[in-house]
Amino acid sequence: MELVIAAAIGVLAGSGVWLILRPRTYQLVIGLALLSYAVNLFIFSMGRLRVNAPPVLEGSGAVDVTAYTDPLPQALVLTAIVISFATTALFLVVIIVARGLTGTDHVDGKEG
Amino acid sequence: MWHSGLLAMMVVLPFVGGLLAALLSPNARNAEAWLAGSVALGGLALTIMAFPAVTGGGVVKHTIEWAPAIGLSITLRLDGFAWLFCLLITGIGLLVVIYARYYMSPKDPVARFYALLLAFMGAMQGLVVAGNLILLAIFWEMTSIFSFLLIGYWHHNQSARDGARMALTITGTGGLCLLVGMVLLGQIVGSYDLDDVLAAGDAVRTHDLYLPTLLLILAGALTKSAQFPFHFWLPNAMAAPTPVSAYLHSATMVKAGVFLLTRFWPVLAGTPEWFTLVGLAGMTTLLLGSYFAIFQQDLKGLLAYSTIGHLGLITTLLSFGSPLAAAAAIFHMLNHATFKASLFMAAGIIDHEAGTRDMRRLSGLFSAMPFTATLAMVASGAMAGVPLLNGFLSKEMFFAESLEVHQRSLLDGVAPYVATIAGAFTVVYSVRFIHTVFFGPKPVDLPREPHEPPHWMRRPIELLVIICVIVGVAPGWSVGRFLDAGVIAVLGEQAPSYSLSVWHGFNLPLLMSIVALAVGLGMYAALSRYLQNCEEGPPYFRRLKGQRIFERLLVTVSWQWARAAEALLSTRRLQPQMRILAAITLFAGAWAMWGAGDVLPRFSVHGLDPVLGILWGIGAFCALGAAYKAKFHRLAALILMSGAGLASCISFVWLSAPDLAVTQLLVEIVTTVLILLGLRWLPKRDEEILSGSNLAARLRRNRDFALAVAAGLGVAVLAYFTMLTPLPPSVGDFYLERSYSEGGGTNVVNVILVDFRGFDTMGEILVLAIVALTVFALLRRFRPAEDSADLPYQQREQDEFDDVQRDREVGDTLKDYLMVPSIFMRWMFPVIVLIAAYLFLRGHDQPGGGFAAGVAMAIGFLLQYLAGGTRWVEERLRILPVRWIGFGLMLAVATGVGSFLFGYPFLTSYFQYTEIPFIGPVPTASALLFDLGVFSLVVGAVVLMLIAIAHQSLRIRTRARASDEGGRT
Repeated sequence: MELVIAAAIGVLAGSGVWLILRPRTYQLVIGLALLSYAVNLFIFSMGRLRVNAPPVLEGSGAVDVTAYTDPLPQALVLTAIVISFATTALFLVVIIVARGLTGTDHVDGKEG
Repeated sequence: MWHSGLLAMMVVLPFVGGLLAALLSPNARNAEAWLAGSVALGGLALTIMAFPAVTGGGVVKHTIEWAPAIGLSITLRLDGFAWLFCLLITGIGLLVVIYARYYMSPKDPVARFYALLLAFMGAMQGLVVAGNLILLAIFWEMTSIFSFLLIGYWHHNQSARDGARMALTITGTGGLCLLVGMVLLGQIVGSYDLDDVLAAGDAVRTHDLYLPTLLLILAGALTKSAQFPFHFWLPNAMAAPTPVSAYLHSATMVKAGVFLLTRFWPVLAGTPEWFTLVGLAGMTTLLLGSYFAIFQQDLKGLLAYSTIGHLGLITTLLSFGSPLAAAAAIFHMLNHATFKASLFMAAGIIDHEAGTRDMRRLSGLFSAMPFTATLAMVASGAMAGVPLLNGFLSKEMFFAESLEVHQRSLLDGVAPYVATIAGAFTVVYSVRFIHTVFFGPKPVDLPREPHEPPHWMRRPIELLVIICVIVGVAPGWSVGRFLDAGVIAVLGEQAPSYSLSVWHGFNLPLLMSIVALAVGLGMYAALSRYLQNCEEGPPYFRRLKGQRIFERLLVTVSWQWARAAEALLSTRRLQPQMRILAAITLFAGAWAMWGAGDVLPRFSVHGLDPVLGILWGIGAFCALGAAYKAKFHRLAALILMSGAGLASCISFVWLSAPDLAVTQLLVEIVTTVLILLGLRWLPKRDEEILSGSNLAARLRRNRDFALAVAAGLGVAVLAYFTMLTPLPPSVGDFYLERSYSEGGGTNVVNVILVDFRGFDTMGEILVLAIVALTVFALLRRFRPAEDSADLPYQQREQDEFDDVQRDREVGDTLKDYLMVPSIFMRWMFPVIVLIAAYLFLRGHDQPGGGFAAGVAMAIGFLLQYLAGGTRWVEERLRILPVRWIGFGLMLAVATGVGSFLFGYPFLTSYFQYTEIPFIGPVPTASALLFDLGVFSLVVGAVVLMLIAIAHQSLRIRTRARASDEGGRT
């Protein structure tokens, strides 16, 4: 299980890094999205991987903390997902406005 | 007993007054003057009332905790010495306010003037009563900033802007040094409290860090008090309105430097280092300032250099390290403030009434303004040190002290000679000021006909001159008590007994005075003809201008070196920067992990889940495919990217994170739609033109590929080994245990978001709101590139098809497109709203919550746009996303503030279960309201961003049509 997730994080991060080194703005958008998947999974995995132990309490009695997975990374990632949508939107708008202004979709605003 | 809370009032009152002054009409001269005058008068009254509390070494303290754990508190501390300064600040402040009422022209925006003047008054009050080192440094910087703004008050004037910038650069740099010095001092003593520091003088002077601390504090004090070699900013600051020069650049702000030296005199003074550094600076400044003042042609320039010289005198006195000299220094601060402020005001009157300050043009003004002339003469007499005026007394004390032996060195030996020569120079420029301006032939060709100023413009000078005379004639009776309070406050048990009488008999100091007076008069007689016509500035030194050196230095550092450094170290291209960033990150990661091989868990393929493996097989294929296709096949890349997102969404379900899965899925949908909307504005890319054909490009791609592989591998290894290490006890347990008992919810992730860490969530939704508004603002003036402005070719083809068919109108195909799905989508709206409501309501106990519900609701709106088109939706539905955002933010803040009403800190939540008929117990926590705010804001932000992009197609079409029609007619 850990091996698969680790490999997944690696592939996502590698693809993301490759794309953010490319010259076209759209490649950067996709690259940043892939990187954010990788980072979200990475942060999430720092709470360790557990199956069938969602941090939703059963009943209102005393809590056995070993029965549930760590809720903190999940809370961090949840807001990160929403924020990464916002940054993707902002970035997308910046690149289409920049394209309108400079006439090119090269990251430096000029071909070359 | 005077209440210590009034101390805070003394500091806050001028700031409040300044704010009020800024809100008045820019030209309300009388209202502004009344307001500022009352504030200054109030401050003066508070100060005078405080006197009984500070006599005989009394100290009033007022402390407001700020960050006690690191020794920071807002401590205000008033002792006799600070009291003297408060008296100067409020007293002269009041006079300057009255004077400025008549000085400022009706065309000047006086609101800004008085607002800044009052704010400066507050900063200066804060500086002198600060009882904490860091607080002192903060007020110090504030005086620099307000001085900058006031010098640049007439900002249409080039010299005002230059002078302001120079003053800020120099005093600001000094302030920075002072801050570091204060931190060092605090570290040496172990406390930032002024009382502790003042008590720890011996420990400081023997500490290893004494010299650096001294150098840094001196850098602050000497720049502020315009001491050599930092003196040149003060003459350039004379571009300020004259009331500002009188107030800031003679009476108060420039005194801050010597104030600081006196304040820390018990801690820092008395060592050879102190004497050498401070004495050298002081004596050089004293000589140079007095000498340069002789050769100025601008009245204010003369006074500025004279101020530099007198500040040098005070610094020299402080350098001696003897208690008697320190007492004399305090006395001279008071005397100098009174006579110099009145002289500046007189110079302002001359400028105002005669239209020029150039001494080559002014002459014989006595007959035109006899009262002002008499006042200026008395004040100049005080400046020159004529007996029976206050300047004489402190000058005699200075002469007497210069004769004493303090530290056996050359510097100490020359002190009496320096003092006498500078005394002679002082006589020369004082006599010159009076003789040139008021005597001699009638003035010719002045811009204005000179006459006496309005009465109230002269009153402040009259008062100050009367004080000069009273102190000069009866010092012990008039000023003795106040001076005593100040001296005891600084020197404590060391306080010397000194005699404030006018006549000490025939002694060496008196002889020095007589020599200085005689030599000065003789020098003036010899020089007067030359001075009548010479250029500005002393001979030989004229060319060597501090200002020019400063400017050249500034250009070299901030322009040439910066450009060179940028050319050498940086690039404006993004790709190399990204490459360096990735490489450095990789290197740092590798370095941290280097040699950790022994403690790492063993690698094993045990427990490999085949289904998860297949899922991520597909996921990896999607990620790699997206990376491969992103250049030429954007749509394919987008779909593949979503595939990878879906794989991580399923992993979240699998690995016990239902909340994440829900949110990820919903966000995935809106992200995809968003990027689809953006695709239209990107250029077509032809696969035939491959840029990667040459060798350099191939090398670059190979290098990037290696970087990407290394990064992926590194992250994977890091993640893998971390996951195999057992989880140390985590703060997560705390949340799990208290989620229900204290947060009232069983969904721990949601309780963390809206309750435990509600403040963080508030920050996050704020970011979301800002981003949405930024997107909206960026697109308001959007101009697409030429080739994207036309309709997409698919749409053009459809329109052409419609045009050819006889039974179809143009646009029919577009309308029919996706007819069946769009009906479904329309009917989905209430269902989606229901789902959103469901997700929201169960959020506290079950997976869901404000974020997920908000995105779901936004998708509901979005589907309507997709189904019916922008026009169709907006004819039927007004969404007003900005209001959703505003409502959400306000609700979240109001929930947080609401807990104040019950006496709890910000965002404390409250919960209980409410019985609702037929439904049963429903959790009603105040956190639910907060979550509602989150929900509303998320809906607004997501919809705003998507609609802003969607609208561009409409706008472009409308504009195209408008220009078409314009072309036809």
